[in-house]
Amino acid sequence: MTDPVLEIRGLRVDYGLGDAAVHAVRDVDLTLHRGEVLGLAGESGSGKSTLAYGLTRLLPPPGVVSGGQVIYHPADGPPVDVLTLSPAQLRKFRWAETSIVFQGAMNSLNPVHKVSTQLLDVIKAHEPQSTAAGRLARARDLLRLVGIAADRLDSYPHQLSGGMRQRVMIAMALALEPQVVIMDEPTTALDVVMQRQILGQLAELRERLDFAVLFITHDLSLLVEFSDRIAIMYGGRIVEEAPAAQLYGRALHPYTEGLLHSFPALRGPRRELTGIPGSPPDLRAMPEGCAFHPRCPKAFDPCDKKVPALGAAEPGRDVACWLHPVAAGGPR
Amino acid sequence: MTLSESAAAPADEVVLEAVGLTKHFPVRRRLRNLFSRTPAVVHAVDDVSFALRRGRVTALVGESGSGKSTVARLLAQIYPRTAGDLRLHGTSTRVRGGRPFRAYVRRVQLILQDPFASLNPVHTVRYHLTRSLRIHGNAGRGAEELDAALGKLLTRVSLTPPERYLDAFPHELSGGQRQRVAIARALGADPEVLLADEPVSMLDVSIRLGVLNLLQDLKERLNIAILYITHDIASARYFADETIVMYAGRMVEGGDSETVTQNPAHPYTRLLTDSAPDPDRITGDGVDTAAGEDRGQGEPPSLITPPAGCRFHPRCPHAMRRCTADLPPRLTIGDRPGHWAACWLYDPATVAADTPGSAAPDADPAVPPPPAALERDAATQGETR
Ligand SMILES: Nc1ncnc2c1ncn2[C@@H]1O[C@H](COP(=O)(O)OP(=O)(O)OP(=O)(O)O)[C@@H](O)[C@H]1O
Ligand SMILES: Nc1ncnc2c1ncn2[C@@H]1O[C@H](COP(=O)(O)OP(=O)(O)OP(=O)(O)O)[C@@H](O)[C@H]1O
Ligand code: SF4
Ligand code: SF4
Ligand SMILES: [Mg+2]
Ligand SMILES: [Mg+2]
Repeated sequence: MTDPVLEIRGLRVDYGLGDAAVHAVRDVDLTLHRGEVLGLAGESGSGKSTLAYGLTRLLPPPGVVSGGQVIYHPADGPPVDVLTLSPAQLRKFRWAETSIVFQGAMNSLNPVHKVSTQLLDVIKAHEPQSTAAGRLARARDLLRLVGIAADRLDSYPHQLSGGMRQRVMIAMALALEPQVVIMDEPTTALDVVMQRQILGQLAELRERLDFAVLFITHDLSLLVEFSDRIAIMYGGRIVEEAPAAQLYGRALHPYTEGLLHSFPALRGPRRELTGIPGSPPDLRAMPEGCAFHPRCPKAFDPCDKKVPALGAAEPGRDVACWLHPVAAGGPR
Repeated sequence: MTLSESAAAPADEVVLEAVGLTKHFPVRRRLRNLFSRTPAVVHAVDDVSFALRRGRVTALVGESGSGKSTVARLLAQIYPRTAGDLRLHGTSTRVRGGRPFRAYVRRVQLILQDPFASLNPVHTVRYHLTRSLRIHGNAGRGAEELDAALGKLLTRVSLTPPERYLDAFPHELSGGQRQRVAIARALGADPEVLLADEPVSMLDVSIRLGVLNLLQDLKERLNIAILYITHDIASARYFADETIVMYAGRMVEGGDSETVTQNPAHPYTRLLTDSAPDPDRITGDGVDTAAGEDRGQGEPPSLITPPAGCRFHPRCPHAMRRCTADLPPRLTIGDRPGHWAACWLYDPATVAADTPGSAAPDADPAVPPPPAALERDAATQGETR
């Protein structure tokens, strides 16, 4: 595996303070390597977006990072902890090194400006020395990359469909040529043909620019195909992490197993969809022990008493489940 | 119409019907185009006709930007239509705000694509749901009945226990949780027609399944007619009785869901089904495989100057000369009753006079026509012989 570009260590994010705090992200360890696509999946409310906001320090109040580190390794220079950067350093980190497409980003386009104006502004901020004609050509290129005809450059956001706005946001994120791209549900509003095209373009750009992608989605089937590794989140914790193909071939965590069995399949015989019975845990009153135990078909003795730690159950595979005791060597 | 009347109606009665529905959005022209004679418009929806039936789910799938949300908004009468007609229980209807609009909304509810935009950030979940229940007269009598109704709505969309969510503000909820509040709000109106614009695309699989089962249950128990807009064609297969495919503002294929998803006839539908994520396709090296095989599919067309003839022809591997000039009509496929496609491949005379693929973007004789077309060819040849 290549060098790490972003290392998340023991990250904790709460909403609110003191006793009223909701622990939305709990002791998350996650490493993003240079040039890889790391998928982050998990059910609604499991803390995926909170994690993305936390690690970029864009958390809106009452969210607070209450512990941990986010170590960023620049292409040149020593590693830094993003959580301790000064405001000026942070601005540079966000602008030049990472770019983020947030969930619901299709609404963050400014409604009173044309798409072209907004795209050109981003390009100008990133390449101040460029010419107006050069910027326009680049804007056209970027839109073509995400499948929007150049004659829509002068549209206002409300004149575009939901998926088109989402695509404009992706184009803007790519305009910055960052080291790390964080995408929170970037393709939820897109049809599969478009999804595939955009992800293909992303892969090609990644080859060329060697950036890493943290791809957040609930669509595990998409991740299995498009990411190198997948991390599964449940109740604020990472419960399993493995290379994509291995995770699909054989899930170790019962929750992952459940996720893999809740997709309607387009091909093959129609089968009964089971889904995962029960409802997601209440972050204010988390179950004792393994947070999944009230819903787990395989729960046994220790599950409702002790929290299983995330550790290497097999080489290259981490899981937090009592069924798979951490191999000798203990938690990593 | 009163409730008892509608309850007595047959299960598959047409509730809402679109006839030749068309929507063009005017756009400002750039200076150099000022001399062109035709005013510039976005051809968002052209000549769309279909019927929503009581107790049935009709799925509308298609490319991003193909006009699905616009169709939903036209049906909800949020936009005036450019041409065509909208019939509620057979009667042409056109409402423009005020009391008639509110009466219409009570019967035809729209769930918006985007839960981030559809809830007012300064109000709690309780407020949104109470308001919907009140406006539509479903709040019951007294605080207790209201609480019970609220609890029931939230439970239906799996936001349980309800007390945990009732007093939350939208920003305190995750994306999926907001979407479910929006669905609960629409259900508060107890509508006859539910227009659900991508109701589950923000939801994870387990909850998605819950919401789809919920809509299924609504259609079966309450006999609601449902338009289910989605880009997840697999969920259309499982959940919709009928599926309609749109491309660039036009309907290109329709039929029962199993047939459309398993034996797609139109080349665009084939592209769509071939592109669906298929975990079994992975070889372990991530993105690259899928990216490699999907190059060169072309781009969505401009809707300001849409391609002449079949709008898919610039991307279609089977395009013939006729496709570049004449608009293909709905042609019967013949494998299942009601299955049709707007594609010249299903017109034997056209195929006989031309070679499928002869006018394709990069004419590649290796591309086989869809199997349905081959069967059709075989059948017609059999007839003539
Ligand atoms: N401002 C807030 N105050 C209190 N709780 C919050 C706040 N924002 C989010 N939460 C809670 O934190 C949890 C994690 O939310 P988050 O948005 O990170 O989930 P997610 O995994 O991204 O879900 P989705 O897939 O639905 O987007 C949720 O249970 C949510 O209700
Ligand atoms: N108010 C408007 N003015 C001009 N053009 C518009 C307007 N609203 C929509 N359009 C255009 O109409 C076309 C269809 O948009 P629509 O939102 O219906 O697509 P959609 O099929 O719902 O796409 P998606 O899957 O991305 O949501 C798009 O090209 C869009 O840009
Ligand atoms: S630790 Fe126990 S309850 Fe949790 S997932 Fe494993 S078997 Fe199930
Ligand atoms: S064969 Fe012709 S009519 Fe059919 S989809 Fe292709 S271009 Fe359109
Ligand atoms: Mg989220
Ligand atoms: Mg839409």
